[in-house]
Amino acid sequence: MKPQKPFSRVVEACPPSGIRKFFDLAQTMKGVITLGVGEPDFPTPWGVRESAIHALSRGATTYTGNSGLLELRELICAELAARHGTTYRPEDECLVTSGVSEGLDLTLRALLNPGDEVIVPEPSYVAYQPCVAFAGGVPVPVAADPAQGYRIDAERIAQAVTPRTKAVLFGSPSNPTGAAQSAADLTALAALAQREDFWLISDEIYDRLTYTGTHTSTAAVDGAWDRTVVLNGFSKSYAMTGWRVGYVCAPEPLAALMHRIHQYTMLCAPHVSQVAAIEALKSADADVTEMVADYDRRRRLFVKGLDELGLTCPEPGGAFYAFPSIRASGLSSQDFAEQLLNEQKVAVVPGDVFGPSGEGHVRCSYATALPLLEEALERVGRFLASRT
Amino acid sequence: MREILSVLESDARATPDRIAALTGIAEDEVRAQIAAWEAEGVIRRYKTVIDRDRLGEDRVTAFVDVTVAPERGRGFDDVAERIAKFREIRAVHLVSGAQDLRVEVEGASMKEVADFVAQKLSGVERVTATSTHFLLRRYKDDGQLLTEPEPDQRLSVMP
Repeated sequence: MKPQKPFSRVVEACPPSGIRKFFDLAQTMKGVITLGVGEPDFPTPWGVRESAIHALSRGATTYTGNSGLLELRELICAELAARHGTTYRPEDECLVTSGVSEGLDLTLRALLNPGDEVIVPEPSYVAYQPCVAFAGGVPVPVAADPAQGYRIDAERIAQAVTPRTKAVLFGSPSNPTGAAQSAADLTALAALAQREDFWLISDEIYDRLTYTGTHTSTAAVDGAWDRTVVLNGFSKSYAMTGWRVGYVCAPEPLAALMHRIHQYTMLCAPHVSQVAAIEALKSADADVTEMVADYDRRRRLFVKGLDELGLTCPEPGGAFYAFPSIRASGLSSQDFAEQLLNEQKVAVVPGDVFGPSGEGHVRCSYATALPLLEEALERVGRFLASRT
Repeated sequence: MREILSVLESDARATPDRIAALTGIAEDEVRAQIAAWEAEGVIRRYKTVIDRDRLGEDRVTAFVDVTVAPERGRGFDDVAERIAKFREIRAVHLVSGAQDLRVEVEGASMKEVADFVAQKLSGVERVTATSTHFLLRRYKDDGQLLTEPEPDQRLSVMP
């Protein structure tokens, strides 16, 4: 007899990622220019890779302490203090994780009781709402307004707050919109969090990739530190996606609970990746500056190109995504992405996978070499022309 | 404005309107700034990086360390300038260390380079010694890797 008892209802109720179907289709085609990738097209800076190779040859193949190498945590806390003016103790307020993904999971599991609500401004990164559900919480999406540049408006959030609201979870700069939240909006949000007693879970993985201003860390605004969890890592800024190394910083009582889950589940982030992360913080600053300058050039050219094709979007201030409206085409975002891939071999991600409010948009990553971006714009132009 | 130079440094053929699109600086300003830099000699010339191995062209390059007896009051300048004027010389740098000048010599054959060093370079007044290193293979030139690029291993659609 086959097993009869049901699988986890929570997991079964969660739809598979909308990106998956698309991915399978794109993988089978040749000559595709992909604007669908959420990772840098640069390889990890060579100095970082070289240090990891050296570390492996010297035996960095063991577990580390659960919290991660102390030297790395000290460097992380010093970096945050210098860059954002936030203060965390390396000993008990900073935990090295296997990427922001693990940090997010730890945060939600340490924070939520069954039925607790987590407000998620949409369009949002695809993992936020499923992770809330897996941790026993209830995601409460709140659509952000493209006309306002996808800013997080505390007044809109306030309308979704209930006595069960435990946290607001968001990324700034944002995947998929590229929106970077202003200090003023974050301050208003922090004031609301204090008034209504909830937490701010702030995914700042794209903090170094900002172009139109300087990044404001949520923990740095008035009244936020005590109720903010900062998630960050090395994947995007240092082009280290495959190393799976990130960190979470939070006030001690919550950090201690996250540590408890981490020590029984992940044990520690990969040792060699932690060594690489140390090297990244020590010596890769110039590499980051160069990559950011390169993304910025592509961003200008690409957003202007989209605009000239009638695919308009608010200027993305950070990350490496543009999230243009495709309503001019008269197509749904799924149809647009599928037909564009089939007819012109350009892969973009349909906006509705980031929530219903993403419908009518597509996510384009400009972490793609300049000549390919220009070719992609030409192909999109041909695609649109064939529709009119 | 420095952004303009970053663009030109990686693509000398970038047109003003393209530079404007990449940097967000108005096209007129880009044109004016480039003209000013050209006039001031900040921009010396526009060059092409050629991988001569791929072209199948045999050209011989040598780095020569040159020891010089400096001249009172003029130091190394006079000798360095006299050496730099030879057509065969591609680069002249004054360096720290045991020798004084490090120069790059180019010729059609090893014999041509050797003859140049033996007959011309070593004969320049105040040159007291030379040490020649023939270039065997270029791996990176002018900041440009000449080795095979790493393949893009990213999957085509990722969150």
